[in-house]
Amino acid sequence: MRYLPLTDTDRRAMLDTIGAASIDDLFVDVPAEAQLSAKIAGLPDHASELAVERHMAALARQNMAAGDGPFFLGAGAYRHHIPASVDHLIQRGEFLTAYTPYQPEIAQGTLQMLFEFQTQVARLLGCDVANASMYDGSTACWEAVAMAARITKRKKAALSGALHPHYAQVVKTMSKVTDYTIADSLPSIQPKPDNAGLIARIDGETSCVVVQYPDILGRLPDLEEIGAAARAQGALLVVVVTEPVALGAIRSPGEMGADIVVGEGQSLGVGLQFGGPYLGLFGCKQKYVRQMPGRLCGETVDAEGKRGFVLTLSTREQHIRREKATSNICTNSGLCALAFSIHMTLLGEKGLRELAALNHALAVRAADKLAAVPGVRVLNDSFFNEFTVILPGDAREAVRTLADRGILAGVSLGRLFPGEQALANGLVVAVTETTTDEDVDALCAGLKEVLA
Amino acid sequence: MTINQSGWKPEIAVSGAVLASPTATGNRALMLEEPLIFEIGGMERTGVDLAEAPAAPNRLGGMERATPIGLPGLSEQETVRHYTRLSRQNYAIDLGLFPLGSCTMKHNPRLNEKVARMPGFADLHPLAPQSAVQGALAVVHELGEWLKTLTGMAAVAMSPKAGAHGELCGLLAIRAALEARGDARSVILVPESAHGTNPATAAFCGYAVEDIPATLEGRVDLAALEARLGPDVAAVMITNPNTCGLFERDMKRIADAVHAAGALVYCDGANFNAIVGRVRPGDLGIDAMHINLHKTFSTPHGGGGPGSGPVVLSEALAPFAPLPIVEKDADGVFHLVEEETAGADHGQNFGRMVAFHGQMGMFTRALAYILSHGADGLRQVAEDAVLNANYILRSLEDVLDAPFGGTGPCMHEALFSDKGLAEGFSTLDVAKGLIDEGYHPMTMYFPLVVHGAMLIEPTETESKAALDQFIMALRSVAERAKAGDEALKGAPWFAPRRRLDETLAARKPKLVWEEVGGLAEPAAAE
Repeated sequence: MRYLPLTDTDRRAMLDTIGAASIDDLFVDVPAEAQLSAKIAGLPDHASELAVERHMAALARQNMAAGDGPFFLGAGAYRHHIPASVDHLIQRGEFLTAYTPYQPEIAQGTLQMLFEFQTQVARLLGCDVANASMYDGSTACWEAVAMAARITKRKKAALSGALHPHYAQVVKTMSKVTDYTIADSLPSIQPKPDNAGLIARIDGETSCVVVQYPDILGRLPDLEEIGAAARAQGALLVVVVTEPVALGAIRSPGEMGADIVVGEGQSLGVGLQFGGPYLGLFGCKQKYVRQMPGRLCGETVDAEGKRGFVLTLSTREQHIRREKATSNICTNSGLCALAFSIHMTLLGEKGLRELAALNHALAVRAADKLAAVPGVRVLNDSFFNEFTVILPGDAREAVRTLADRGILAGVSLGRLFPGEQALANGLVVAVTETTTDEDVDALCAGLKEVLA
Repeated sequence: MTINQSGWKPEIAVSGAVLASPTATGNRALMLEEPLIFEIGGMERTGVDLAEAPAAPNRLGGMERATPIGLPGLSEQETVRHYTRLSRQNYAIDLGLFPLGSCTMKHNPRLNEKVARMPGFADLHPLAPQSAVQGALAVVHELGEWLKTLTGMAAVAMSPKAGAHGELCGLLAIRAALEARGDARSVILVPESAHGTNPATAAFCGYAVEDIPATLEGRVDLAALEARLGPDVAAVMITNPNTCGLFERDMKRIADAVHAAGALVYCDGANFNAIVGRVRPGDLGIDAMHINLHKTFSTPHGGGGPGSGPVVLSEALAPFAPLPIVEKDADGVFHLVEEETAGADHGQNFGRMVAFHGQMGMFTRALAYILSHGADGLRQVAEDAVLNANYILRSLEDVLDAPFGGTGPCMHEALFSDKGLAEGFSTLDVAKGLIDEGYHPMTMYFPLVVHGAMLIEPTETESKAALDQFIMALRSVAERAKAGDEALKGAPWFAPRRRLDETLAARKPKLVWEEVGGLAEPAAAE
């Protein structure tokens, strides 16, 4: 076994040092009836690197990767070009194979990176502070709801109908066991987000209002209006961003009054990876910092006065506070945060603004081309790089048919909101810098045929 | 702008005298100081070339950003250098033995990195039609089958994102099962020696948490547990092997007592590495257990994640597993069970606990690891992990106090206390002394049931020679701590930083960089 360095001679010598006759002597505390006398039957034995690689490659080939053809899927996971240096750098063994930085004197690389990441995220979201990451956007969304409940001492959350339905599901799963009340709805199939409907769900018992921006249909809600309505009732505004590249083009949630901003950071540096690992972004106003979940990195000095970084405010966390912690999270998405931060550093202000402008321009052109396909209507008044088209029939059928022709056309609302007939004809189409004119033409031609 | 932000200068001892010997940069040869990106980057600088945006009308609906974000950019070469320099300030398993107890820092095979990056896995959208992702669903299913077989359990939930998220999954399933029989209960019992995530998770699920005491032998006090069981207890959370590095001999009796009282058994599987291939938790009466793929199955820790925490479930809990679930049809086609298809077979699912399907990038790595080892190799993993830990225990118990060393062998980790260190010397001093010796320290001050705990988990991927060198180093540091060597209290002396002021960091939290005078292109010449 290539990963196991002990030889039988080593094992014998070590057993002698220990004073044990055999390895079984070291398992004496395991009751005999619970021990397997030999390897588990029916499973294969060890395999060579070549054999394992062959097996995995065969499975990989059964998938249709995003790069295999025209690709328009988004709805919470976006395909962007990742500069080659990002993956090179995150594979440095000192990053890849380090642990959570519990010993700061020999973890300054990870800690300084986290401090830089927290600053980048806080600025992007328009928040005073950000943490060192959560698992992903959906779990960060629940943590925000729970944090708002701690701050306001209220247990009712109003969710926008245009919040990603998986995020809403996660919130509802947790709300069942924490006795929170969730007021939500289905998304309105209208050119503009239904702010009035959301505001009507806010009352004096509401802890927070959760709004996605851009929303699940790609629309851009006016957060100031919602924030003002929340504040009037003593509720917090929680904003969810699933496409952080958008914030290179549109106003930040923080500057529009958000109290807590959470997001999915997968767009930058991380890649699609069939849904994980991803990167939960979590920012808030300074005054709420001691109610935040997750790890925080802070600046300090060492015994000689040199600047250094440590994990801090850990009295919020499970390893210190146990059942009184703000969250149970321990391991987060450290390496994904590194990938995000490197990608953001490569982009810089200039690159991110240009990337966002490019995404938007390509999406606008694609929307106009799709709108020219007979029977197709573009729903959105406003959007960034993702918009909803309404087809004359069930969009799910169209997606399946086009997939068989090698075109991944988008995410149907039927997939996101199964069983909701009023939404069944909707298709969410995402366009990024990776989308070519030929891709858009292929989608238009494919739709034309399918709808004919 | 100076590279050395705090102006620190190295000193060199010559013939016993300490001389100020400033290098102009503050660097010490290969030990390089590195500023923050905010101090060296610029708003106009970038490391990417993008196509020019085509002319198109703006459809942002009046939401255009009007103010700068404040994100510094670096060219590609500067970026590579910045992060490479930072990386060199980290300790890592690639550099040497990383004996953090309960963390299972084993070698991370590079085949697994290669496999995870195959475009068929890495460039795959989670909402692609199921016909387009059959290979990915096959990976989830194949890994799940291995986990079920290795643990002897009926079902597996693959979506939890890390160990603590797996604990949450297990407790949500337990809660759903109890509520389904109309028997909502309010209390979770957790041993004092448990990971902090256990009580935090129970509280996160809305349960009251009560401690179970440990015996003098470092195991769960069965009598105290039995005395506390009653109609209000929903579940008991037990770590096995436990955080003292010991197998809970009474596990089956504990499980029987818990079941007889109408409650369920959650097992924290963080230490599964010690028993994989030799013991099936399912044979011990466990109802739910998370498996840290980033521990037992070697997916890299990445400086704090990502992890992955699939949860295996007993027959009693299987119907309550969260969505989505990957199933294989009789004709070999894989399909996802989601909200609309849960139907009669999975109608009691407790819902969805994460947006997509879990940590696919970790599944591919863990499956490659499991296939590489096979049934024979995995059993060898457990045996070598336990052998290595006992070798450390017996090689150091003459110099360090091993509170449970007299009661028998340990499992995968060796536990020592600070008993016998000189007055005023602590576990922290031993840990920092190990840093100077070129090692990451062991887990310190955990578990809480042992004073000044030092928990050492070598894992199976260390050679005898590597263990011998570590033992020599720790023996030396321990002897210095027992002799009262004052120099130890200043350790580490040779790390990129000396001891850091954590009190200052917490009292005046500085969590983001704040510029003086705003971000701009730095002057061309310094």
